[in-house]
Amino acid sequence: MLYLAYKNLISKPLNTVLSVLLLILSISLATFILQVKKQLNEHLEGNTKHFDMVIGAKGSPLQLVLSSLLHIDNPTGNIDLEEAMKIAKKPMVKYKVPVSYGDNYKGYRILGTTHKYLEVYKAQLQRGRLYEKSFEAVVGSQVAEQINLKVGKTFASSHGLAESGLETHKEKPFVITGILKPTGTIIDNLIITNLESIWEVHEHSYDEGHENQEVHQKHQDPVKKENFNLITETQSHEDDGHAHENKEYHLVEEHNHSQDDPKHKEEHDHSKEHDHSERDDEEKKEITSLLVKFRNPIGVLQTSRFVNEKSTMQAAIPKFEIDRLTTFLGVGFQAINGISLVILFIASLSIFINVVRSVRERKQELALLRTYGISTFQLIKLVFLEALMLTLISAIFGWLFGRLGVWLFSVFSDAYGYDFQFGMPNREEVYMLLLVMVTTLPAAIIASLSLLKLNVSKILADA
Amino acid sequence: MIRTASLRYAYKHSEDQNLVFPDIHLSSKESLLILGASGVGKTTLLHLLAGLLPIDTGDVYIGNTHINRLTRGELNHFRGQNIGLIFQKSYFIKSLSVLENLLIREKFSKSKSDRYRREELLMHLGLCDQMHKKVYQLSEGQQQRLSIALGVIHKPKIILADEPTSNLDDINCEIVVSLLKKEAKICNSNLVIITHDQRVKPHFNNHIIL
Repeated sequence: MLYLAYKNLISKPLNTVLSVLLLILSISLATFILQVKKQLNEHLEGNTKHFDMVIGAKGSPLQLVLSSLLHIDNPTGNIDLEEAMKIAKKPMVKYKVPVSYGDNYKGYRILGTTHKYLEVYKAQLQRGRLYEKSFEAVVGSQVAEQINLKVGKTFASSHGLAESGLETHKEKPFVITGILKPTGTIIDNLIITNLESIWEVHEHSYDEGHENQEVHQKHQDPVKKENFNLITETQSHEDDGHAHENKEYHLVEEHNHSQDDPKHKEEHDHSKEHDHSERDDEEKKEITSLLVKFRNPIGVLQTSRFVNEKSTMQAAIPKFEIDRLTTFLGVGFQAINGISLVILFIASLSIFINVVRSVRERKQELALLRTYGISTFQLIKLVFLEALMLTLISAIFGWLFGRLGVWLFSVFSDAYGYDFQFGMPNREEVYMLLLVMVTTLPAAIIASLSLLKLNVSKILADA
Repeated sequence: MIRTASLRYAYKHSEDQNLVFPDIHLSSKESLLILGASGVGKTTLLHLLAGLLPIDTGDVYIGNTHINRLTRGELNHFRGQNIGLIFQKSYFIKSLSVLENLLIREKFSKSKSDRYRREELLMHLGLCDQMHKKVYQLSEGQQQRLSIALGVIHKPKIILADEPTSNLDDINCEIVVSLLKKEAKICNSNLVIITHDQRVKPHFNNHIIL
């Protein structure tokens, strides 16, 4: 019986292929969406659950969370380390981690932070040791693998968060002291060093940036994004290279001087022309944001209100922001889910037509089978088996293609650090596959109704 | 053994046409040729004998079984095991090969799969070389011979043939009739042929004209 059903299916390949393709499309779309949604949520959750609050410069709270916790957006600006630490110096605070960044190496972000950060994300060393002093760094597993970094190698960071190579800090190369084990979090895609390294690199670059401050302003409105800033600066620097040569020399000297004796930094009154982030850098220690974990939720709310009302900084609560983000994304997911539902409907319609047609076309064959002694019920079973087989094949392939899609997606979205896994079907997917089976069932039932009225005598007599 | 008594049949949609059939009495191994022009109810009679049409009035006995008394399920089973039907036009399962068609026939009639019987039959009917071909690849004559094979493979008590020769030329007609007679003999079956084809007439002694 099974064999006959199978033979009948493959004897009409075109009809079968059409129905199967439609079903495959619908199922793969649905599994794809389910998987992306699930893994994205897991990813967001896994990377943000360690902190209750991000304290950073005023701006979009979502942007702050995205940049500081997930490392996918630009930071809102810089804040004063001391001020931030003061706020976080409360008994309700469980732990706090300052982070600072602004540089990259080949597109991978260099994050200045304390060892606590690694501890919080449970990152462990695979090789080497943690960074001890400035310009030592540990790299995430993904980074190490992708750009082939080894312990003891050196690299020069470039300015900004995107790979540009226009502005590199060649004078101050980093030494890799360790490589981290894969954690499945954003740590895998980061290069981590101490805060001081970021400050020292930037002291230099801000000096350089200052040279062309005036030129830069002609070219562009006050910009929020540092890296854009610096690209224009470099260009203009080339244009007016000669005019600034002397001044530059002078300032570089000053800069070297300031390194020897930090107290002299304040002498640089020219820095007041800069926007606040650059200015502050030379006066006080700055960080991009402070990540805080509280002992209880009350602390979160109190501190959040205090920071947002009484200071120049803002406090963003990752949980809320991620919720907001998933609501935004949810609309898109729903749209695609809707599309896959429509396709599912069309697919079951096509299976219905396929079954009805095969019954009509094979009326005589089915009548013949009746003369062979099989009952009407067995004929219905045969038709059912055909429909079921069609659905099963589509379900399996649809699911496989869905997973393949997720895998491809994860390959292309590598830059965001989304690491998708290829797992077994989960409960939601099993439900969906069952739903598909159920939608094809009525199709088979209606189609097989005509079998009950099958007039064997008449069909065989009308030769 | 086949016995019918006062068999009548009325098609529901045409009440004026009430078919009355003569009583048939065949002892075992006897053959019967039913002749008649088109539209006199030859096929109806055949289908009544095969249990494909419900019997309104009259009785049909095949062997020791009273067909009227069988339930639907019993009738299906009985038909599968004891009746072999051969049609004017050849009906097959088109997605299967010659051999597979025979296998499925055996399977559905719940008779044992008999390899020797299959091979013997294919040899007798000259279909050995076509065994693995798809049925639509066969010629007209070959198809008719396969039809016979499907009608007799399970060694039925009666073989019912509906116009088995009308589409065939003289030579193939001869072949088919002699094959039917031969197979009926091998199976110890009653052979009932209905036809309007006068070429068949000389081969049989027992005639009924409707």
